[in-house]
Amino acid sequence: MEGQIKSKGISRRKFVGIIGGGVVFLVSAWKLAPNLFLDEEGNQINSSTDFEGQKVTVWVQIHEDDFITIYNPSSEMGQGSMTALAVIIAEELDADWSKVNIEQSSANPSIYGAGWGGRGRSMITVGSRTVSSYYNTLRQAGAQARFVLLTNAAKSLGVSIDELTTEPNKVIHKASNRQMSYGEIAKIVKPMDDVPDIAESKLKKPEDFRLIGKIGPRFDIPSKCNGSAQYAMDIKVTNMVYGVISRSPVYGAKPILLNKSEIINSPGVVNIVELDHGIGLITDTLELALKIKPKLRIEWSTGNKAENFNSFDAYNTYPEIAEQRLSSGNVLSQKGNISNGLKSGLRTYSSDYKNDFVYHAQQEPLNALVSVAADGQSAEAWVGTQAPGNNRNAIAQELGIDPSKVEFHRTYLGGGFGRRSSSDYVVEATKLSNVQKQPVKLVWTREDDLQYGMFRPQSLQRMEASVDNSNNIIGWKHIIVGTGNNLLGSGAKPQFYSIPNLHVEVRNINHGVRTKHWRGVGHGANKFAIESFVDEIASDLSIDPLEFRLKLMKDSPRAQNVLRTVAERANWQSPSANGRAKGIAFAERSRSLAACVCELSVDKDSGRIIVHKIWATLDAGVVVQPDNAIAQMEGAILMGMSSILKESITFRNGQVEQSNFDDYNILRMDEVPDSLEVHIIPSKVRPTGIGESGVPIIGGAIANAFATLTGKRLKHIPFTPTKVKLVLES
Amino acid sequence: MTELSINVNGQSQVVNVDPTTPVLWVLREHLGLTGTKYGCGKAICGSCTIHLNGTPIRACITPVAACTSGKITTIEGLSENNNHPVQKAWVEAQAPQCGYCQSGQIMQAVSLLKNNTNPTREEIKSYLSGNLCRCAAYMRIINAVEIASKIS
Ligand code: FES
Ligand code: FES
Repeated sequence: MEGQIKSKGISRRKFVGIIGGGVVFLVSAWKLAPNLFLDEEGNQINSSTDFEGQKVTVWVQIHEDDFITIYNPSSEMGQGSMTALAVIIAEELDADWSKVNIEQSSANPSIYGAGWGGRGRSMITVGSRTVSSYYNTLRQAGAQARFVLLTNAAKSLGVSIDELTTEPNKVIHKASNRQMSYGEIAKIVKPMDDVPDIAESKLKKPEDFRLIGKIGPRFDIPSKCNGSAQYAMDIKVTNMVYGVISRSPVYGAKPILLNKSEIINSPGVVNIVELDHGIGLITDTLELALKIKPKLRIEWSTGNKAENFNSFDAYNTYPEIAEQRLSSGNVLSQKGNISNGLKSGLRTYSSDYKNDFVYHAQQEPLNALVSVAADGQSAEAWVGTQAPGNNRNAIAQELGIDPSKVEFHRTYLGGGFGRRSSSDYVVEATKLSNVQKQPVKLVWTREDDLQYGMFRPQSLQRMEASVDNSNNIIGWKHIIVGTGNNLLGSGAKPQFYSIPNLHVEVRNINHGVRTKHWRGVGHGANKFAIESFVDEIASDLSIDPLEFRLKLMKDSPRAQNVLRTVAERANWQSPSANGRAKGIAFAERSRSLAACVCELSVDKDSGRIIVHKIWATLDAGVVVQPDNAIAQMEGAILMGMSSILKESITFRNGQVEQSNFDDYNILRMDEVPDSLEVHIIPSKVRPTGIGESGVPIIGGAIANAFATLTGKRLKHIPFTPTKVKLVLES
Repeated sequence: MTELSINVNGQSQVVNVDPTTPVLWVLREHLGLTGTKYGCGKAICGSCTIHLNGTPIRACITPVAACTSGKITTIEGLSENNNHPVQKAWVEAQAPQCGYCQSGQIMQAVSLLKNNTNPTREEIKSYLSGNLCRCAAYMRIINAVEIASKIS
């Protein structure tokens, strides 16, 4: 069953023992009584109690046939963390990787959640933090499971535990030349009352890693090459009907269905569900739902905030808001005295940058399958989601039941990028199924997904800076004006640049439209502005932008190293061929550091920017799966490049003007560079996030290369051919 | 509703559907062949690429009635054990990320290599440019096609 996600929850019959408050160690099971299973407090779990809801931690199961099952708590959306997390456990367990199988854990945050940010345990795959937030927990889990194996082997071999060592899937007693496989131990293992925490000093040293930093292939990939990987869109259960929803064209508008009797009497229509934000249609087949959906005649309420919103006109109002003297916004960072800093400079600079809304465009449109029981007191759901815990709670809340009454199955995600960390689509499916009391597979069309999207916010970045007579930046002010509150601010603080007087602030305007985290959140727009502005200043001072940045980074050798390395790899100092130029940029994201050089040319007739080569470096601490980290960087850089060159969502009278991939263009294969080289900086420090690190570095690199090539600056993403031509002609 | 017979992956299948139904839904929802994906429904993204008589088509806009006289191949029918040279190359290159576009990419690539056993990079890019990959796993997809062209 390689690469298949099994949707079955873990059966409590399989448990053998509980270890302390940490890992529960599972072995071949059926012959042992289920009441051996204890919860976190050491109380016996009543065998009639469902496993769900118990405070236990269950990561690994060792089978008598020597195979090992590791449970994956993260959402696998292409970022590879299901493999990475298993590698971390397998490393300390000293598992034979070829015998490891990975299964989805249950969607129970109290068991499988990671504690981060003091917010308690949650199961949510966002912010590139899966590996970093589970790293210590899973090393400990693996080490404790190994301890249980050693203890049992010691007893069986009649030796002291100190005389034993492990090789992959084997416990070795060197002195007597005896060994036991993990499978053999599984046959005789006894539950242990207590397993101590394994001291950090007893964990493996990075130089002894057999798997971390070495395992290449991802577990899920074979199934993604033969069509067998299961996404929520692919799940079918008996008695299932299909749902589609016609949603408000302007956010907030409420529907009245004008031809209800005509629709309900069409053959194959099962039900109509009138929702606050749209009309749900339930049918026998998906093709019928899609055919009938356009025939719904709906009158939408007016008077909603969004309906006067025109995204291009809105830009005209932003500069005034940016200029307001008094701080009316949310100050993200402040240092020194900004007004003195700006006034006392020898030279001062000011520049505005803009970025349009962008759409997630995950390849699998949103969908969810929910089945509410006839009595409404329980439900089952199949969802590709970044936030299974929240989804499960949202379903429970919608039905007024306890979350433990929701059996939640996680599937692969056909892309997430932040869109699938919300619960809106899952709640919709719950509402439809709750009316129908039948399993309903709710499918969003591409048009639904785009037009009722939640977007990375549009904003204006007002940058001001001053430079003293030694070419040091002594004042830096960055005001972000846009819609989307906290989404606007991430990455705005130039934390690796040493600047004595600093002010960074978000001024939010509510346009009444929906915004959301989009891979890298605010970093995409903010780092584009920051890195462009740094280059503008360097260029005015006639200083090499690499040198200028290295000087700004004087307090962070680690950042300098990332930047210097990319410059070396790109041969920064050697000039590009005629008609081409290079640009450089740096960004931090999720505590990782990354830098990028790109080389491009411009087709002056069409206005098309052609990116020829990209070099990138990444310092992300210990990298569990280097090849996958490179793949993530490649993907994130190109997705970032897509947003920089092509993507734009616009609103007219509150309505999204785009509808599908014909008018919302994303990067295609014929637009990728000839080469994209990613270099990972070796490190022994604890892992930091990777999945988004490629996005923030590419915008500045492209804009800066363009400026070097043409002497003109692109300040409004996306850099579409039309805009490029306008700038070239200016 | 009409009873139609189609040949999918070498097997004859009878379905009872509206003949205008896109073959995508017939494959996925009626025959359970969910490897072929829905991405746009308008022949813009390539996620639904299958072969009809060996030629790649977009299943999302092709009515099932147009497929009754031909042979359909889907990703599931490419090989028994995931060992078609293109699939092997895909694994070797670690091409997929989320994987959702990859059935379509693979079907498109198989067809490229059938017509052109040793394509240049530019030919690969142009032949596959109708297949969107939002994860932007493009560098590895190109690499995978190059590997496949060597092993096939
Ligand atoms: S779904 Fe057919 S081309 Fe996009
Ligand atoms: S791998 Fe995710 S869309 Fe291509």
